[in-house]
Amino acid sequence: MSAPADSKPAEPVAEVVATPPAPRQFPWIKAAPWLYTIALFVIWEASVHLFALPQYVLPAPSVILGAIIQYWPTIWTNSVQTLYTTLVGFAMAVAGGLALGLLVGWSRFIYAGLYPLMIGFNAIPKVAVVPILVIWFGIGDVPAILTAFLIAFFPIVVNVATGLATIEPEMEDVLRALGAKKMDVMLKVGIPRSMPYFFGSLKIAITLAFVGSVISETIAANSGLGHMMLAAQSQFNVPLVFAGLIMLAIEGIAMYALMAWIEQRTTGWAHRSGMAQGN
Amino acid sequence: MTSHLVTIDNVDMRYGGPGGTLAVSGLTLHVDKGEFTAVVGPSGCGKSTLMKLVTGLHIPQVGAITVAGKEVTEPVSIVGMAFQNPTLLPWRTTLDNILLPLEIVQRHRRRLRANKAEYVEKAEHLLETVGLKGFGDKYPWQLSGGMQQRANLCRALIHEPDLLMLDEPFGALDAFTREELWCVIRDLHHETDVTIQLVTHDLREAVFLADRIFVMSARPGRIIDTHSVPFERPRDLEVMYTAEFTDLVHDLRGQIAQARTEQLEAAQ
Ligand SMILES: Nc1ncnc2c1ncn2[C@@H]1O[C@H](COP(=O)(O)OP(=O)(O)O)[C@@H](O)[C@H]1O
Ligand SMILES: [Mg+2]
Repeated sequence: MSAPADSKPAEPVAEVVATPPAPRQFPWIKAAPWLYTIALFVIWEASVHLFALPQYVLPAPSVILGAIIQYWPTIWTNSVQTLYTTLVGFAMAVAGGLALGLLVGWSRFIYAGLYPLMIGFNAIPKVAVVPILVIWFGIGDVPAILTAFLIAFFPIVVNVATGLATIEPEMEDVLRALGAKKMDVMLKVGIPRSMPYFFGSLKIAITLAFVGSVISETIAANSGLGHMMLAAQSQFNVPLVFAGLIMLAIEGIAMYALMAWIEQRTTGWAHRSGMAQGN
Repeated sequence: MTSHLVTIDNVDMRYGGPGGTLAVSGLTLHVDKGEFTAVVGPSGCGKSTLMKLVTGLHIPQVGAITVAGKEVTEPVSIVGMAFQNPTLLPWRTTLDNILLPLEIVQRHRRRLRANKAEYVEKAEHLLETVGLKGFGDKYPWQLSGGMQQRANLCRALIHEPDLLMLDEPFGALDAFTREELWCVIRDLHHETDVTIQLVTHDLREAVFLADRIFVMSARPGRIIDTHSVPFERPRDLEVMYTAEFTDLVHDLRGQIAQARTEQLEAAQ
């Protein structure tokens, strides 16, 4: 990327009408996510009391909070474990996905050959792969990492390849007419152009990576939130199961927000130029 | 022979191998150095194909194309191109977009780093010529369609091509912006010795700008007529409201309409 758009202050051009300063009032839109989350928990808490639901069916948020506090050391180690396997798998997916995406987008031949294979591979439920990974690598971190990798890597490949494949033919003609080689077209246009697609796919990929590592942990692991929830379930400790869910949600949201922030920082130009993919 | 910058000699171009689309057939034309020619014809007749043949993006199966005395067998970097779609890169400023060809063309690419200031000055001068002075540090999405097309012209000209190929460059613009850009192109042609070939479906545009107009048949395209445009240069927009101008436009229109009907009849 030669010049990220936000490195220079962008003054409005003459024909862009400056918006008048908004009157000061409560920022409803900004507050909406918090308000809705609070509402969800309030309704949840109220319903549990109203319908007198037993704790082993649906524990109230207050009970779950109690469980989080009570089991904090366990929850913390397992949360860190899940975060660790997820992030390692995700990092591998980023490296592998970027490399394969560039390769696939590079040549029609590679694209035509690999695409059906990748579709087929992606169609396999990853839960079915875990037993094989266990045979190969035993119970532990490795199957969780690899499952996270396998499930997260596909959207990255597809997005990077899409960015490369959708170069305007006119742009390519202009450059080729000047004597540009394939490599020039890739470096000057293809790769910068596929970056918004790549960074856009990270949000999806990190979410999927959590799915992968937790699947693997519930099948074959001695630690991690998935394992912890499975153990808690077998002891009918339903509040702890829900505590694990809440921790997964928190980690997922935090990582998603991080990826969204990275996307915003790196490829702001795509949003302003309207080139961003719709997601 | 020697004064022709472009010679297209009895060229056939077929897409997609034997049995594919025959886009042009028996295409022959010459363009002199410094001349402004226009190509008109029914849509799909192979006008863009002609552009791509001259720039070396496609190599014909039959016949030969010569540009500046050399047979075209690969892309020729003495040519600049601009299309209807301005295709400016949204992550580069307008100035950096204009400098892009210099990062590609071999003879400039080696000097670019050391002589950046000189090239930037040249780009700024071009921006001024097309009426975009001071817009170099804007991003393309901050520019209107007409301004983007002006920047596109600068990009096509930055490496000082001998031949400028324009493929319906003003097709997407409103009538007034289009007229402004006609004047920009007219002045560019007047001030430099660049040879310009313009593909257009706007017959008034062709007559206003060109010295000679080639009329193409329906696909497979070939030249069915060549008109010399008699108006003195420099031309004023007012020339479009003379009877002579209207007659020429009318003639062209008739020829293209006829080519279209023949094609429709042949298809039946
Ligand atoms: N890359 C291509 N592959 C196959 N057919 C093509 C290709 N480019 C153009 N054609 C066909 O060649 C014919 C002429 O196309 P083109 O030169 O773009 O026409 P024009 O610019 O006059 O509208 C059309 O029938 C078009 O469908
Ligand atoms: Mg065309």
